[in-house]
Amino acid sequence: MNKLTSNIFTAIFLIITQVIIFNNINLFGYLNPFVYIVFVIYYPIKSDRIFFIFISFLMGLVIDVFSDTLGLHAAASVTIAYLRPIFLKISFGQAYIHQVIKFKNIDLKDKLIYISLLSIVHHLVLFSLEIFNFSKTLFVIEKSFMSSIFTITACILFSYLFKTNER
Amino acid sequence: MRQIIDFFVRNKNFILFLTLFSFSLIMIFSNSSYHNSLVLNSTNSISAKVYNSSNSITSYFNLRNENNELLKENTILKEIIFNSKSNYDSLKYNVFDSKIIKNSYSFNNNYLTIDKGLNDSINDDMGVVSNKGVVGITDRVSKSYSRVISILNTKLNLNAKLKKSNHFGVLNWDGMNYTSIQLKDLPKQSPVSIGDTIVTGGNSFIFPEGILIGEVSSYKLDETQNYIEIEVDLFNDMTDLKNVYIIKNNHLEELKELNE
Repeated sequence: MNKLTSNIFTAIFLIITQVIIFNNINLFGYLNPFVYIVFVIYYPIKSDRIFFIFISFLMGLVIDVFSDTLGLHAAASVTIAYLRPIFLKISFGQAYIHQVIKFKNIDLKDKLIYISLLSIVHHLVLFSLEIFNFSKTLFVIEKSFMSSIFTITACILFSYLFKTNER
Repeated sequence: MRQIIDFFVRNKNFILFLTLFSFSLIMIFSNSSYHNSLVLNSTNSISAKVYNSSNSITSYFNLRNENNELLKENTILKEIIFNSKSNYDSLKYNVFDSKIIKNSYSFNNNYLTIDKGLNDSINDDMGVVSNKGVVGITDRVSKSYSRVISILNTKLNLNAKLKKSNHFGVLNWDGMNYTSIQLKDLPKQSPVSIGDTIVTGGNSFIFPEGILIGEVSSYKLDETQNYIEIEVDLFNDMTDLKNVYIIKNNHLEELKELNE
């Protein structure tokens, strides 16, 4: 299977699981993991950035269409897609600058920092746009961090599930 | 000229990001029905099919409970039919049954999707209720699916009143807790006490008067000291809904003409 088709299959699989399973977990009534950002997290590093930003936007838009939150997920995932090089630099440092990292063989600590940064920024953008009310800033932060914990756990588990075709 | 082109080439990532980001902001904050009219919501053919097929599996899980609920309701309805002597020639309201195929309650603006649409003579602005009370109002309708604004949506305002008197106010959710909803602008002199039932008011063209909503769990005067603000505990468990009824007001056109 070539790279493009396997990417498309991963995307479709993530969208389906997100909208059917993970959007209905509703832990404590308001917490859902947004596992589809695994796509942004593990997208090949050396690929064309323009295409990557655009495809992340589309991914968010599809999730939006399914969950009737038009624009929210699109905005959040295009943000993390654009900022990803910065997060890579923070979490992997020299290894990223010298272009030698492979998601396959990085240790858990670095991976955890990387995924946490990405998902916290994603959730902050998502929930502040959703609630959009300065008087509820504390609620936005609380909701973002609680959901992030959930998302990070799910993403780590997901990444072990796809150990074989991790790029 | 050369420099301008250079600038764009150097910052092409940032420009693309900015364009897409502002595009999504426009989608979020434009309330006009133009953007999300047809394709970009959960009633479009692909997403509705996905939800429908997942629903056809999960709907088996709860079958026993659903049956009991329906049976209970049927007995109540039978009672009403046997006790009433009205004729059914000129019904003011028609009722259609429907199933929820997608529910959400974790956002600030929640929507449900149901499996009836234009083909089943459903239109927008029709009331949706369950056997326990109000669920929402249809807002977008495709051929065989429609989207319902849940009462757990901060954009929805409903007319509601106390069951024991005719004082009415505006029902609107604050987005915090999905088991309770807020009734505002109720006049100060209305006789509220904890445990009172809140029902839909007669001022709405969408719902008939007297459909259950919830009961008063606490109340206080608002900032102006002229109106009462009530915290209403919903009778409906919005997290566990399956069978709903859509109410069609047959006099809607006439009432709208009258008010123009």
